[in-house]
Amino acid sequence: MSELKGIYALWYREMKVFLRERSRVISSIINPLLWLLIIGGGLGSAVSFGGINYQTFIYPGILLQTALFSSIFFGVYIVWDKKIDFMKEVLVAPMRRTSLFVGKIFGGSTDTLLQILILFLIGFVFINIGLMPGLNLNVLSVAISLIFLLVTTIGLVSIGLIIGSQMESPEGFQLIISFLIFPMFFLSGALFPISNLPAWLAPFIFVNPVSYAVDGVRGALLGFSQFNITLDFGVICLFSIVMILIGTYAFKKMKI
Amino acid sequence: MAIIEIKELTKKFNKLAAVDALNLQIKEGEIFGLLGPNGAGKTTTLLMLTTLIQSTSGTATINNYDIHTQPHNVRKSIGIVFQDPSSDEILTGYENLKLHGWLYDMPDIIREKRIKEVLDLVDLTNRQNDRVKKYSGGMRRRLELARGLMHHPKVLFLDEPTLGLDPQTRGTIWEYIQKLAREKNITIIITTHYMDEADKLCDRLAIIDQGKIVILGSPKKLKKNLGGDIVRLKSTKLNISKLKKLSYVKKISSCNDEICLTIENANKHLQELLNFVGKVDSVEIHSPTLDDVFLHYTGRKIRESAPEGSWADKAMHANIQGGTKR
Repeated sequence: MSELKGIYALWYREMKVFLRERSRVISSIINPLLWLLIIGGGLGSAVSFGGINYQTFIYPGILLQTALFSSIFFGVYIVWDKKIDFMKEVLVAPMRRTSLFVGKIFGGSTDTLLQILILFLIGFVFINIGLMPGLNLNVLSVAISLIFLLVTTIGLVSIGLIIGSQMESPEGFQLIISFLIFPMFFLSGALFPISNLPAWLAPFIFVNPVSYAVDGVRGALLGFSQFNITLDFGVICLFSIVMILIGTYAFKKMKI
Repeated sequence: MAIIEIKELTKKFNKLAAVDALNLQIKEGEIFGLLGPNGAGKTTTLLMLTTLIQSTSGTATINNYDIHTQPHNVRKSIGIVFQDPSSDEILTGYENLKLHGWLYDMPDIIREKRIKEVLDLVDLTNRQNDRVKKYSGGMRRRLELARGLMHHPKVLFLDEPTLGLDPQTRGTIWEYIQKLAREKNITIIITTHYMDEADKLCDRLAIIDQGKIVILGSPKKLKKNLGGDIVRLKSTKLNISKLKKLSYVKKISSCNDEICLTIENANKHLQELLNFVGKVDSVEIHSPTLDDVFLHYTGRKIRESAPEGSWADKAMHANIQGGTKR
Protein backbone atom coordinates (compact mmCIF):
# COMPACT_ATOMS: atom_id res chain seq x y z
CA MET A 1 0.00 0.00 0.00
CA SER A 2 2.62 2.49 1.05
CA GLU A 3 4.75 1.63 -1.98
CA LEU A 4 1.80 2.31 -4.29
CA LYS A 5 1.18 5.64 -2.62
CA GLY A 6 4.84 6.53 -3.07
CA ILE A 7 4.73 5.58 -6.74
CA TYR A 8 1.59 7.66 -7.14
CA ALA A 9 3.27 10.59 -5.38
CA LEU A 10 6.20 10.52 -7.79
CA TRP A 11 3.92 10.22 -10.80
CA TYR A 12 1.79 13.11 -9.54
CA ARG A 13 4.86 15.29 -9.24
CA GLU A 14 6.08 14.47 -12.74
CA MET A 15 2.67 15.29 -14.16
CA LYS A 16 2.45 18.65 -12.38
CA VAL A 17 5.92 19.56 -13.53
CA PHE A 18 5.28 18.44 -17.10
CA LEU A 19 2.06 20.40 -17.42
CA ARG A 20 3.58 23.51 -15.86
CA GLU A 21 6.60 23.58 -18.12
CA ARG A 22 4.92 25.06 -21.15
CA SER A 23 8.11 25.12 -23.20
CA ARG A 24 8.35 21.35 -22.98
CA VAL A 25 4.80 20.83 -24.17
CA ILE A 26 5.15 23.30 -27.00
CA SER A 27 8.47 21.98 -28.26
CA SER A 28 7.05 18.50 -28.18
CA ILE A 29 4.50 19.61 -30.77
CA ILE A 30 6.68 21.90 -32.88
CA ASN A 31 9.56 19.49 -33.36
CA PRO A 32 7.65 16.60 -34.99
CA LEU A 33 5.63 19.09 -37.05
CA LEU A 34 8.84 20.46 -38.51
CA TRP A 35 10.00 16.98 -39.43
CA LEU A 36 6.70 16.03 -41.01
CA LEU A 37 6.27 19.26 -42.95
CA ILE A 38 9.83 20.07 -43.97
CA ILE A 39 11.58 16.70 -44.29
CA GLY A 40 8.36 14.90 -45.15
CA GLY A 41 7.15 17.57 -47.55
CA GLY A 42 10.56 18.45 -49.03
CA LEU A 43 11.91 14.96 -49.59
CA GLY A 44 8.42 13.78 -50.37
CA SER A 45 8.36 15.86 -53.51
CA ALA A 46 11.12 13.65 -54.91
CA VAL A 47 10.87 10.35 -53.05
CA SER A 48 8.24 7.73 -52.42
CA PHE A 49 8.51 4.13 -51.30
CA GLY A 50 6.36 1.34 -52.68
CA GLY A 51 3.73 3.81 -53.82
CA ILE A 52 3.43 5.31 -50.34
CA ASN A 53 3.64 9.07 -50.00
CA TYR A 54 6.91 9.94 -48.17
CA GLN A 55 5.19 12.07 -45.57
CA THR A 56 2.91 9.19 -44.77
CA PHE A 57 5.87 6.82 -44.78
CA ILE A 58 7.79 8.72 -42.09
CA TYR A 59 4.77 9.43 -39.87
CA PRO A 60 5.27 6.21 -37.81
CA GLY A 61 8.97 7.04 -37.69
CA ILE A 62 8.20 10.48 -36.29
CA LEU A 63 5.95 8.93 -33.64
CA LEU A 64 8.92 6.82 -32.58
CA GLN A 65 11.23 9.81 -32.79
CA THR A 66 9.06 11.63 -30.29
CA ALA A 67 9.05 8.57 -28.05
CA LEU A 68 12.80 8.21 -28.35
CA PHE A 69 13.77 11.81 -27.65
CA SER A 70 11.25 12.53 -24.96
CA SER A 71 11.74 9.21 -23.14
CA ILE A 72 15.49 9.15 -22.99
CA PHE A 73 15.70 12.85 -22.28
CA PHE A 74 13.41 12.33 -19.29
CA GLY A 75 16.44 10.84 -17.51
CA VAL A 76 17.94 14.32 -17.18
CA TYR A 77 15.37 15.16 -14.52
CA ILE A 78 16.84 12.59 -12.20
CA VAL A 79 20.16 14.41 -12.52
CA TRP A 80 18.36 17.65 -11.61
CA ASP A 81 16.67 15.92 -8.69
CA LYS A 82 20.10 15.06 -7.39
CA LYS A 83 21.30 18.61 -7.91
CA ILE A 84 18.41 20.29 -6.14
CA ASP A 85 18.55 17.65 -3.41
CA PHE A 86 14.96 16.60 -4.01
CA MET A 87 16.48 13.15 -4.46
CA LYS A 88 17.57 13.13 -0.81
CA GLU A 89 14.01 13.80 0.29
CA VAL A 90 12.84 10.81 -1.74
CA LEU A 91 15.72 8.50 -0.81
CA VAL A 92 15.29 9.09 2.89
CA ALA A 93 11.57 8.28 2.68
CA PRO A 94 10.52 4.75 3.59
CA MET A 95 10.14 3.69 -0.01
CA ARG A 96 12.04 1.06 -1.89
CA ARG A 97 14.41 2.02 -4.67
CA THR A 98 12.42 -0.20 -7.01
CA SER A 99 9.32 1.87 -6.31
CA LEU A 100 11.26 5.04 -7.04
CA PHE A 101 12.26 3.54 -10.37
CA VAL A 102 8.71 2.45 -11.15
CA GLY A 103 7.33 5.88 -10.21
CA LYS A 104 9.82 7.55 -12.52
CA ILE A 105 8.94 5.10 -15.35
CA PHE A 106 5.26 5.93 -14.94
CA GLY A 107 5.98 9.64 -14.93
CA GLY A 108 8.25 9.53 -17.97
CA SER A 109 5.97 7.22 -19.93
CA THR A 110 2.93 9.38 -19.28
CA ASP A 111 4.82 12.48 -20.43
CA THR A 112 5.78 10.71 -23.62
CA LEU A 113 2.39 9.20 -24.29
CA LEU A 114 0.72 12.61 -23.92
CA GLN A 115 3.04 13.95 -26.59
CA ILE A 116 2.28 10.97 -28.80
CA LEU A 117 -1.46 11.51 -28.40
CA ILE A 118 -0.98 15.07 -29.61
CA LEU A 119 0.84 13.66 -32.63
CA PHE A 120 -2.07 11.35 -33.36
CA LEU A 121 -4.37 14.38 -33.26
CA ILE A 122 -2.09 16.12 -35.73
CA GLY A 123 -2.28 12.96 -37.87
CA PHE A 124 -6.09 13.15 -37.90
CA VAL A 125 -5.97 16.80 -38.89
CA PHE A 126 -3.48 16.11 -41.70
CA ILE A 127 -5.62 13.29 -43.08
CA ASN A 128 -8.66 15.54 -43.09
CA ILE A 129 -6.91 18.32 -44.98
CA GLY A 130 -5.67 15.84 -47.57
CA LEU A 131 -2.08 15.48 -46.43
CA MET A 132 -0.62 12.02 -45.78
CA PRO A 133 -2.79 9.84 -48.04
CA GLY A 134 -2.68 6.16 -47.18
CA LEU A 135 -2.41 6.75 -43.47
CA ASN A 136 -4.95 4.57 -41.79
CA LEU A 137 -5.99 5.88 -38.38
CA ASN A 138 -8.80 3.88 -36.85
CA VAL A 139 -9.47 2.56 -33.37
CA LEU A 140 -7.70 -0.74 -33.98
CA SER A 141 -4.64 0.64 -35.78
CA VAL A 142 -4.21 3.40 -33.18
CA ALA A 143 -4.65 0.93 -30.32
CA ILE A 144 -2.04 -1.46 -31.71
CA SER A 145 0.35 1.43 -32.32
CA LEU A 146 -0.16 2.72 -28.79
CA ILE A 147 0.68 -0.68 -27.34
CA PHE A 148 3.87 -0.77 -29.40
CA LEU A 149 4.72 2.79 -28.43
CA LEU A 150 4.00 2.22 -24.75
CA VAL A 151 6.21 -0.86 -24.48
CA THR A 152 9.02 0.85 -26.39
CA THR A 153 8.64 4.01 -24.31
CA ILE A 154 9.02 2.06 -21.07
CA GLY A 155 12.28 0.58 -22.32
CA LEU A 156 13.53 3.94 -23.54
CA VAL A 157 12.59 5.78 -20.34
CA SER A 158 14.56 3.08 -18.52
CA ILE A 159 17.62 3.83 -20.65
CA GLY A 160 17.34 7.53 -19.76
CA LEU A 161 16.93 6.73 -16.07
CA ILE A 162 19.84 4.29 -16.07
CA ILE A 163 22.14 6.93 -17.54
CA GLY A 164 20.67 9.68 -15.35
CA SER A 165 21.14 7.64 -12.18
CA GLN A 166 24.85 7.35 -12.86
CA MET A 167 25.50 10.94 -13.93
CA GLU A 168 26.39 13.92 -11.79
CA SER A 169 25.81 16.79 -14.20
CA PRO A 170 23.03 17.58 -16.69
CA GLU A 171 25.66 18.62 -19.25
CA GLY A 172 27.31 15.21 -19.05
CA PHE A 173 23.95 13.54 -19.42
CA GLN A 174 23.12 15.51 -22.54
CA LEU A 175 26.47 14.70 -24.10
CA ILE A 176 26.02 10.99 -23.56
CA ILE A 177 22.46 10.76 -24.77
CA SER A 178 23.16 12.66 -27.97
CA PHE A 179 25.61 9.88 -28.82
CA LEU A 180 22.80 7.45 -28.21
CA ILE A 181 19.66 9.12 -29.51
CA PHE A 182 20.82 10.09 -32.98
CA PRO A 183 22.19 6.70 -34.02
CA MET A 184 19.10 5.03 -32.58
CA PHE A 185 16.92 7.34 -34.63
CA PHE A 186 18.80 7.31 -37.93
CA LEU A 187 19.48 3.58 -37.78
CA SER A 188 15.86 2.65 -37.18
CA GLY A 189 14.31 2.85 -40.61
CA ALA A 190 12.23 5.80 -39.44
CA LEU A 191 13.21 7.74 -42.56
CA PHE A 192 13.85 5.00 -45.12
CA PRO A 193 12.76 1.42 -45.76
CA ILE A 194 15.03 -1.26 -44.40
CA SER A 195 14.78 -3.67 -47.29
CA ASN A 196 17.77 -3.83 -49.65
CA LEU A 197 20.16 -2.10 -47.25
CA PRO A 198 23.89 -2.13 -47.93
CA ALA A 199 25.47 -5.10 -46.15
CA TRP A 200 27.52 -2.97 -43.74
CA LEU A 201 24.49 -0.98 -42.60
CA ALA A 202 21.98 -3.79 -42.12
CA PRO A 203 23.46 -5.26 -38.89
CA PHE A 204 23.29 -1.89 -37.12
CA ILE A 205 19.63 -1.61 -37.95
CA PHE A 206 18.83 -5.16 -36.96
CA VAL A 207 20.33 -4.76 -33.47
CA ASN A 208 18.47 -1.51 -32.86
CA PRO A 209 15.24 -2.20 -30.94
CA VAL A 210 13.69 1.01 -32.30
CA SER A 211 13.75 -0.54 -35.81
CA TYR A 212 11.28 -3.19 -34.65
CA ALA A 213 9.07 -0.62 -33.01
CA VAL A 214 9.01 1.52 -36.17
CA ASP A 215 8.27 -1.57 -38.22
CA GLY A 216 5.42 -2.64 -35.95
CA VAL A 217 3.78 0.79 -35.88
CA ARG A 218 4.22 1.15 -39.63
CA GLY A 219 2.60 -2.24 -40.05
CA ALA A 220 -0.38 -1.16 -37.96
CA LEU A 221 -0.85 2.28 -39.53
CA LEU A 222 0.19 1.71 -43.15
CA GLY A 223 -0.15 -2.04 -43.56
CA PHE A 224 3.48 -2.06 -44.68
CA SER A 225 6.08 -3.90 -42.65
CA GLN A 226 9.39 -5.62 -43.10
CA PHE A 227 9.23 -8.17 -40.30
CA ASN A 228 6.46 -10.23 -38.84
CA ILE A 229 4.50 -8.07 -36.38
CA THR A 230 4.78 -10.78 -33.71
CA LEU A 231 8.55 -10.71 -34.07
CA ASP A 232 8.47 -6.91 -33.75
CA PHE A 233 6.43 -7.11 -30.58
CA GLY A 234 8.57 -9.89 -29.11
CA VAL A 235 11.76 -7.92 -29.66
CA ILE A 236 10.53 -4.70 -28.06
CA CYS A 237 9.05 -6.59 -25.09
CA LEU A 238 12.38 -8.31 -24.55
CA PHE A 239 14.17 -4.97 -24.90
CA SER A 240 11.96 -3.28 -22.31
CA ILE A 241 12.19 -6.15 -19.83
CA VAL A 242 15.98 -6.15 -20.02
CA MET A 243 16.10 -2.37 -19.57
CA ILE A 244 13.76 -2.50 -16.56
CA LEU A 245 16.00 -5.12 -14.93
CA ILE A 246 19.15 -3.09 -15.56
CA GLY A 247 17.36 0.06 -14.36
CA THR A 248 16.23 -1.55 -11.12
CA TYR A 249 19.80 -2.60 -10.49
CA ALA A 250 21.16 0.85 -11.39
CA PHE A 251 18.75 2.52 -8.97
CA LYS A 252 19.78 0.21 -6.16
CA LYS A 253 23.39 1.18 -6.75
CA MET A 254 22.66 4.87 -7.22
CA LYS A 255 24.61 7.26 -5.01
CA ILE A 256 23.54 10.72 -4.01
CA MET B 1 16.99 2.58 26.77
CA ALA B 2 18.92 4.39 24.06
CA ILE B 3 16.97 5.08 20.88
CA ILE B 4 20.17 5.80 18.98
CA GLU B 5 23.26 3.78 19.63
CA ILE B 6 26.36 4.64 17.63
CA LYS B 7 29.24 2.16 17.74
CA GLU B 8 32.66 2.96 16.28
CA LEU B 9 31.01 4.72 13.35
CA THR B 10 33.65 5.74 10.82
CA LYS B 11 33.55 7.36 7.41
CA LYS B 12 36.67 7.84 5.37
CA PHE B 13 36.90 9.86 2.19
CA ASN B 14 40.03 8.52 0.53
CA LYS B 15 42.29 8.26 3.57
CA LEU B 16 40.87 11.20 5.46
CA ALA B 17 38.52 10.24 8.27
CA ALA B 18 35.56 12.63 8.25
CA VAL B 19 34.03 10.71 11.13
CA ASP B 20 36.46 8.79 13.27
CA ALA B 21 35.23 5.86 15.39
CA LEU B 22 32.30 7.74 16.90
CA ASN B 23 30.60 6.25 19.95
CA LEU B 24 27.43 7.81 21.27
CA GLN B 25 24.13 6.94 22.88
CA ILE B 26 21.08 9.12 22.66
CA LYS B 27 18.08 8.62 24.89
CA GLU B 28 14.48 8.64 23.77
CA GLY B 29 12.81 12.05 23.94
CA GLU B 30 16.09 13.84 24.25
CA ILE B 31 17.06 16.95 22.28
CA PHE B 32 20.65 16.31 21.39
CA GLY B 33 22.98 18.84 19.80
CA LEU B 34 25.93 18.15 17.55
CA LEU B 35 28.22 21.14 17.47
CA GLY B 36 31.51 21.64 15.76
CA PRO B 37 33.38 23.79 13.31
CA ASN B 38 32.64 23.36 9.61
CA GLY B 39 34.01 20.12 8.26
CA ALA B 40 34.02 18.53 11.71
CA GLY B 41 31.89 15.64 10.48
CA LYS B 42 28.43 16.62 11.69
CA THR B 43 26.64 16.38 8.38
CA THR B 44 28.50 13.21 7.41
CA THR B 45 27.34 11.63 10.67
CA LEU B 46 23.79 12.68 9.93
CA LEU B 47 23.91 11.28 6.41
CA MET B 48 25.16 7.93 7.71
CA LEU B 49 22.50 7.77 10.41
CA THR B 50 19.79 8.57 7.88
CA THR B 51 21.07 5.77 5.58
CA LEU B 52 21.93 8.13 2.74
CA ILE B 53 25.60 7.20 2.74
CA GLN B 54 27.34 4.03 3.85
CA SER B 55 29.81 4.08 6.68
CA THR B 56 33.33 2.79 6.08
CA SER B 57 33.19 0.79 9.29
CA GLY B 58 31.25 0.64 12.51
CA THR B 59 27.49 0.88 12.73
CA ALA B 60 24.55 2.38 14.57
CA THR B 61 21.06 1.39 15.53
CA ILE B 62 18.08 3.69 15.46
CA ASN B 63 14.89 2.58 17.16
CA ASN B 64 16.62 -0.83 17.43
CA TYR B 65 17.11 -1.09 13.66
CA ASP B 66 20.58 -1.37 12.24
CA ILE B 67 21.45 1.27 9.64
CA HIS B 68 23.22 -1.33 7.48
CA THR B 69 21.00 -4.34 7.66
CA GLN B 70 17.59 -2.70 8.15
CA PRO B 71 17.80 0.67 6.39
CA HIS B 72 14.15 0.52 5.33
CA ASN B 73 12.95 0.27 8.93
CA VAL B 74 15.38 3.00 9.94
CA ARG B 75 13.88 5.29 7.30
CA LYS B 76 10.42 4.54 8.63
CA SER B 77 11.52 5.72 12.05
CA ILE B 78 13.17 8.99 11.08
CA GLY B 79 12.58 12.40 9.59
CA ILE B 80 15.19 14.85 8.44
CA VAL B 81 15.43 18.50 7.53
CA PHE B 82 18.43 18.92 5.29
CA GLN B 83 20.85 21.78 5.29
CA ASP B 84 20.23 22.34 1.58
CA PRO B 85 16.77 22.95 0.16
CA SER B 86 15.21 19.76 -1.15
CA SER B 87 11.75 20.87 -2.20
CA ASP B 88 10.56 21.00 -5.78
CA GLU B 89 10.33 24.62 -6.85
CA ILE B 90 7.86 24.00 -9.65
CA LEU B 91 5.35 22.66 -7.14
CA THR B 92 3.54 24.84 -4.61
CA GLY B 93 4.33 24.73 -0.93
CA TYR B 94 1.16 22.79 -0.27
CA GLU B 95 1.93 20.28 -3.02
CA ASN B 96 5.39 19.66 -1.63
CA LEU B 97 3.85 18.84 1.74
CA LYS B 98 1.20 16.62 0.22
CA LEU B 99 3.89 14.73 -1.67
CA HIS B 100 5.74 14.23 1.58
CA GLY B 101 2.61 12.89 3.26
CA TRP B 102 2.20 10.36 0.47
CA LEU B 103 5.82 9.30 0.57
CA TYR B 104 5.43 8.62 4.29
CA ASP B 105 2.13 6.83 3.86
CA MET B 106 0.16 9.15 6.12
CA PRO B 107 -3.62 8.64 6.23
CA ASP B 108 -5.40 11.40 4.26
CA ILE B 109 -7.20 13.01 7.20
CA ILE B 110 -4.10 13.21 9.38
CA ARG B 111 -2.07 14.44 6.44
CA GLU B 112 -4.37 17.37 5.73
CA LYS B 113 -4.63 18.22 9.42
CA ARG B 114 -0.87 18.22 9.86
CA ILE B 115 -0.30 20.26 6.71
CA LYS B 116 -2.57 22.96 8.15
CA GLU B 117 -0.81 22.72 11.49
CA VAL B 118 2.75 23.00 10.16
CA LEU B 119 1.92 25.67 7.58
CA ASP B 120 0.47 27.73 10.35
CA LEU B 121 3.50 27.12 12.51
CA VAL B 122 5.96 28.42 9.94
CA ASP B 123 3.56 31.16 8.89
CA LEU B 124 3.20 30.09 5.28
CA THR B 125 -0.54 29.53 5.21
CA ASN B 126 -1.27 32.41 2.82
CA ARG B 127 1.55 31.43 0.53
CA GLN B 128 0.78 27.71 0.40
CA ASN B 129 -0.56 27.88 -3.15
CA ASP B 130 2.39 29.78 -4.57
CA ARG B 131 5.09 27.90 -6.35
CA VAL B 132 8.20 27.43 -4.26
CA LYS B 133 10.17 29.20 -7.00
CA LYS B 134 8.59 32.43 -5.81
CA TYR B 135 9.57 31.91 -2.16
CA SER B 136 12.41 33.79 -0.56
CA GLY B 137 15.32 31.85 0.94
CA GLY B 138 13.87 32.11 4.43
CA MET B 139 10.43 30.96 3.28
CA ARG B 140 11.92 27.91 1.59
CA ARG B 141 13.75 27.11 4.79
CA ARG B 142 10.52 27.33 6.75
CA LEU B 143 8.78 25.07 4.28
CA GLU B 144 11.53 22.45 4.60
CA LEU B 145 11.17 22.59 8.33
CA ALA B 146 7.40 22.23 8.15
CA ARG B 147 7.88 19.19 5.96
CA GLY B 148 10.36 17.51 8.29
CA LEU B 149 8.04 17.99 11.27
CA MET B 150 4.96 16.86 9.43
CA HIS B 151 5.03 13.11 9.92
CA HIS B 152 6.04 13.08 13.61
CA PRO B 153 8.87 10.55 13.29
CA LYS B 154 10.43 8.73 16.27
CA VAL B 155 13.70 10.50 15.60
CA LEU B 156 13.97 13.83 13.85
CA PHE B 157 17.26 15.08 12.45
CA LEU B 158 17.59 18.81 11.98
CA ASP B 159 20.66 19.99 10.11
CA GLU B 160 21.01 23.71 10.88
CA PRO B 161 17.26 24.18 11.28
CA THR B 162 17.12 27.92 11.79
CA LEU B 163 19.95 29.07 9.56
CA GLY B 164 19.03 32.37 7.96
CA LEU B 165 15.77 32.88 9.84
CA ASP B 166 14.69 35.99 11.67
CA PRO B 167 14.57 35.98 15.50
CA GLN B 168 10.77 35.71 15.75
CA THR B 169 10.59 32.66 13.52
CA ARG B 170 13.51 31.06 15.32
CA GLY B 171 11.68 31.58 18.60
CA THR B 172 8.49 29.91 17.36
CA ILE B 173 10.42 27.05 15.86
CA TRP B 174 12.33 26.44 19.07
CA GLU B 175 9.08 26.30 20.95
CA TYR B 176 7.64 23.80 18.52
CA ILE B 177 10.76 21.63 18.63
CA GLN B 178 10.58 21.57 22.41
CA LYS B 179 6.89 20.77 22.32
CA LEU B 180 7.50 17.88 19.93
CA ALA B 181 10.15 16.42 22.19
CA ARG B 182 8.09 16.79 25.37
CA GLU B 183 4.61 15.93 24.20
CA LYS B 184 5.21 13.43 21.42
CA ASN B 185 8.40 12.01 22.90
CA ILE B 186 10.22 12.57 19.63
CA THR B 187 13.97 12.38 19.87
CA ILE B 188 15.60 15.32 18.13
CA ILE B 189 19.15 15.48 16.86
CA ILE B 190 20.16 18.96 15.90
CA THR B 191 23.30 20.39 14.35
CA THR B 192 23.74 24.09 14.67
CA HIS B 193 26.16 26.93 14.49
CA TYR B 194 24.13 29.04 16.86
CA MET B 195 25.35 28.59 20.40
CA ASP B 196 22.33 30.32 21.88
CA GLU B 197 20.15 27.83 20.05
CA ALA B 198 22.10 24.86 21.39
CA ASP B 199 22.06 26.33 24.87
CA LYS B 200 18.34 26.93 24.87
CA LEU B 201 17.22 23.72 23.20
CA CYS B 202 19.57 20.87 23.93
CA ASP B 203 19.36 18.54 26.87
CA ARG B 204 22.80 17.31 26.00
CA LEU B 205 25.29 18.14 23.36
CA ALA B 206 28.51 16.87 21.88
CA ILE B 207 31.21 19.05 20.43
CA ILE B 208 32.84 17.32 17.49
CA ASP B 209 36.14 18.28 15.95
CA GLN B 210 37.96 16.39 13.22
CA GLY B 211 35.53 13.53 13.36
CA LYS B 212 35.86 12.89 17.08
CA ILE B 213 33.82 13.89 20.08
CA VAL B 214 35.88 16.27 22.17
CA ILE B 215 33.34 16.81 24.94
CA LEU B 216 29.87 15.59 25.79
CA GLY B 217 27.41 16.81 28.40
CA SER B 218 24.54 19.12 29.21
CA PRO B 219 25.07 22.80 28.32
CA LYS B 220 24.96 23.64 32.01
CA LYS B 221 27.59 21.11 32.92
CA LEU B 222 29.87 22.11 30.07
CA LYS B 223 29.72 25.75 31.09
CA LYS B 224 30.41 24.84 34.68
CA ASN B 225 33.33 22.69 33.62
CA LEU B 226 35.13 25.74 32.34
CA GLY B 227 35.75 26.48 35.98
CA GLY B 228 34.76 30.07 36.44
CA ASP B 229 33.67 33.32 34.86
CA ILE B 230 35.16 35.06 31.89
CA VAL B 231 36.83 38.41 32.38
CA ARG B 232 37.86 40.38 29.33
CA LEU B 233 40.49 42.99 29.85
CA LYS B 234 41.90 45.63 27.61
CA SER B 235 45.07 47.13 28.88
CA THR B 236 48.32 48.34 27.39
CA LYS B 237 50.64 46.96 30.02
CA LEU B 238 49.57 43.49 30.99
CA ASN B 239 52.07 41.18 32.53
CA ILE B 240 50.84 37.80 31.45
CA SER B 241 53.42 35.72 33.24
CA LYS B 242 52.62 37.39 36.53
CA LEU B 243 48.89 36.92 35.95
CA LYS B 244 49.45 33.22 35.50
CA LYS B 245 50.76 32.96 39.01
CA LEU B 246 47.49 34.10 40.59
CA SER B 247 45.74 31.09 42.09
CA TYR B 248 42.23 32.05 40.92
CA VAL B 249 43.22 32.58 37.27
CA LYS B 250 42.38 29.34 35.55
CA LYS B 251 43.15 30.14 31.96
CA ILE B 252 44.49 33.00 29.88
CA SER B 253 43.86 33.44 26.20
CA SER B 254 43.92 36.35 23.83
CA CYS B 255 40.73 37.46 22.09
CA ASN B 256 41.62 39.93 19.37
CA ASP B 257 43.41 42.81 21.14
CA GLU B 258 41.96 41.89 24.50
CA ILE B 259 42.89 39.28 27.07
CA CYS B 260 40.35 36.73 28.23
CA LEU B 261 40.82 35.32 31.67
CA THR B 262 38.91 32.48 33.18
CA ILE B 263 38.52 33.41 36.80
CA GLU B 264 37.19 31.28 39.60
CA ASN B 265 34.45 33.17 41.40
CA ALA B 266 35.05 36.44 39.55
CA ASN B 267 32.71 38.53 41.71
CA LYS B 268 34.88 37.93 44.69
CA HIS B 269 38.26 38.35 43.03
CA LEU B 270 37.57 41.20 40.64
CA GLN B 271 38.77 44.05 42.83
CA GLU B 272 41.91 42.19 43.69
CA LEU B 273 42.53 41.42 40.05
CA LEU B 274 42.04 45.01 38.96
CA ASN B 275 44.39 46.26 41.65
CA PHE B 276 46.94 43.78 40.45
CA VAL B 277 46.66 44.68 36.78
CA GLY B 278 46.65 48.41 37.32
CA LYS B 279 45.19 50.77 34.75
CA VAL B 280 42.83 49.12 32.30
CA ASP B 281 41.12 50.59 29.23
CA SER B 282 38.06 48.41 29.62
CA VAL B 283 36.85 45.41 31.53
CA GLU B 284 33.98 43.10 30.94
CA ILE B 285 32.79 40.21 33.02
CA HIS B 286 30.34 37.52 32.13
CA SER B 287 29.47 34.01 33.17
CA PRO B 288 30.60 31.47 30.61
CA THR B 289 28.44 30.88 27.54
CA LEU B 290 28.51 27.99 25.13
CA ASP B 291 30.59 30.20 22.87
CA ASP B 292 33.31 30.09 25.49
CA VAL B 293 32.91 26.35 25.83
CA PHE B 294 33.18 25.94 22.09
CA LEU B 295 36.22 28.13 21.93
CA HIS B 296 37.83 26.30 24.78
CA TYR B 297 37.47 22.86 23.25
CA THR B 298 38.00 23.54 19.56
CA GLY B 299 40.43 26.42 19.90
CA ARG B 300 38.47 28.26 17.27
CA LYS B 301 35.66 30.71 17.28
CA ILE B 302 32.73 29.37 15.36
CA ARG B 303 32.45 32.48 13.24
CA GLU B 304 35.94 32.05 11.88
CA SER B 305 34.71 29.06 9.99
CA ALA B 306 31.42 30.70 9.04
CA PRO B 307 29.59 28.41 6.70
CA GLU B 308 30.95 28.73 3.23
CA GLY B 309 28.73 27.16 0.64
CA SER B 310 26.09 26.91 3.31
CA TRP B 311 22.43 26.59 2.71
CA ALA B 312 21.86 30.32 3.05
CA ASP B 313 24.59 31.18 0.56
CA LYS B 314 23.21 28.76 -1.96
CA ALA B 315 19.69 30.02 -1.47
CA MET B 316 20.83 33.55 -2.13
CA HIS B 317 22.75 32.38 -5.13
CA ALA B 318 19.81 30.52 -6.52
CA ASN B 319 17.62 33.57 -6.11
CA ILE B 320 20.09 35.74 -7.93
CA GLN B 321 20.24 33.31 -10.80
CA GLY B 322 16.50 33.31 -10.99
CA GLY B 323 16.37 29.78 -9.66
CA THR B 324 15.11 28.26 -12.90
CA LYS B 325 16.69 24.92 -12.52
CA ARG B 326 14.11 22.65 -13.84
